[in-house]
Amino acid sequence: MNKTRKNDLIMFFCGAVVFLLLHALMETEIIGPFWQLNIILACINIILAVSLNLINGFTGQFSIGHAGFMAIGAYVSAIMTVKQGLPFIIAILAAFIAAAALGFVIGVPTLRLSGDYLAIATLGLSEIIRVCILNTPYVGGASGFMGIPHLTNFPWAFGLMFLTVYLIKNIVNSAHGRALIAVRENELAAETMGIDAAKYKTLAFTIGAGFAGLGGALFSHYFYLAHPSSFTFMRSFDILTMVVLGGLGSISGSIIGAVILVFVSAALADFPEWRMIIYAVTLIVLMIFRPQGLLGNKELSEKMLGLLRKGGIRRDAA
Amino acid sequence: MLLKTDALSIKFGGLTALDDLNLKIHSGELVGLIGPNGAGKTTVFNLLTGVYSPSGGNIFLSGKSLKGLKPFQVTQSGIARTFQNIRLFSELSVLDNVKIAHNYHLSCSLAESVLRAGRYFPEEEDVERESAKLLEIFNLKDKMHETAKNLPYGEQRRLEIARALATRPSLLLLDEPAAGMNPQETNDLTKMIRWIRGEFALTVLLIEHDMRLVMDLCERIYVLEYGITIAQGAPEKIRRDPRVIEAYLGEEVPDAPH
Repeated sequence: MNKTRKNDLIMFFCGAVVFLLLHALMETEIIGPFWQLNIILACINIILAVSLNLINGFTGQFSIGHAGFMAIGAYVSAIMTVKQGLPFIIAILAAFIAAAALGFVIGVPTLRLSGDYLAIATLGLSEIIRVCILNTPYVGGASGFMGIPHLTNFPWAFGLMFLTVYLIKNIVNSAHGRALIAVRENELAAETMGIDAAKYKTLAFTIGAGFAGLGGALFSHYFYLAHPSSFTFMRSFDILTMVVLGGLGSISGSIIGAVILVFVSAALADFPEWRMIIYAVTLIVLMIFRPQGLLGNKELSEKMLGLLRKGGIRRDAA
Repeated sequence: MLLKTDALSIKFGGLTALDDLNLKIHSGELVGLIGPNGAGKTTVFNLLTGVYSPSGGNIFLSGKSLKGLKPFQVTQSGIARTFQNIRLFSELSVLDNVKIAHNYHLSCSLAESVLRAGRYFPEEEDVERESAKLLEIFNLKDKMHETAKNLPYGEQRRLEIARALATRPSLLLLDEPAAGMNPQETNDLTKMIRWIRGEFALTVLLIEHDMRLVMDLCERIYVLEYGITIAQGAPEKIRRDPRVIEAYLGEEVPDAPH
């Protein structure tokens, strides 16, 4: 078990190094505002992708309603800071709790469904959330919720991203995580092992939704604005693409997937119409050559890096 | 009496798949359930484990009714099973397969797991140790980090039994444990089942087509045909029962099945 603690320390250390490095580069303006925006966007997308991976990748419940929970987080946190004048941290907690609560309420009936049916149900539910927001004048309706303070900065985004990854990693590597994975692998066998599949599906859905809400809170407090059109099903597909690209059931895969897609679309900022084409082509190529995603269901580890190195040597020799 | 079914029956639409089944299994017994294909043997297992809910009758485990319990609750009350078509967590390691079966005995809360505090580390260590011990008994310890689907067929069967035992059952249901095994493997399996029964203080109910194994191993046998119990009793008696011979070999065949 010492190894587990050691790995945690390595993770904290790497996180701190990356944070300090990026922070220093931003402070000295070597990283300009455009890339700064994209780095923060990458952090938010990592939160969304890793939390969706908990539902889709680890528990095997195909949900495409993540944008709905993100919207709840975005709006609830905005209500907290704008209308109630509460501090950002309270707004973030409220966003998490509200989205998780809704995830629980929605999860209980919908998780009786499976596969395509669940996907359609979650898609529909996220649209219902969006349409409800669209028709609520209290939060600005169709013109969006305006005047949200710009509270999300790099330390907040990176810190919460790191926390999300750490907590979800811990869930996955515990007995509860093993139960989630068992449900994905074979629901009947999991039940036969004494695992309450319905409970664990709901648990994953609730936690995943909560973190999506957290991502939403960071999102609305970065762009001064929460608008229903930011939370359409295209947003859900974006997140899903990141998860599938990185590998269902791999946390490091989701991080890589989110970073790649954010920077691909940043690089294509001048040709927005190309973005969706590149997305589609990327996914098609991936499905043909590596259907399990870049990392499959493995985590990026010393061993994997070691294998790459060894493979390189062998190729050199040949 | 460990397990008792009381006029258990199930109908699928108009078809009565199982009718008036009265099993009585005492603690520590090794009981066989045989019958031609489609007789309803696996249906009995599915009823006992809560996968199907019976149309009539009731099931009692140590006097407590299991009616209406979900499969995971049945497991938690002490029945473990294996499947005719192996259902391992095939993408996971051999060790993880067994670890998952320990799960419901653990008391570590979600918060403790997330924060890696309190009972998290001690319990993880316990589970790891217990699982490794179990795998050692089943001769799978040197393969514990392999992916389950990469094991040879016989070892997958062994792993499934090991995993079932990790739930610490009082009654073990084995659905055709010798299916697809060669005579040598079947012999080993017979020995193993006998041994685990003593070692883990188990009661075993098994479905099997391999008559040699059933006659050799079981102390009592129930015979099903078209969902109806046509005979029950000691292997010697079953071997000579004219209705059983008829069910297996058709009419007017004088010899018993071997």
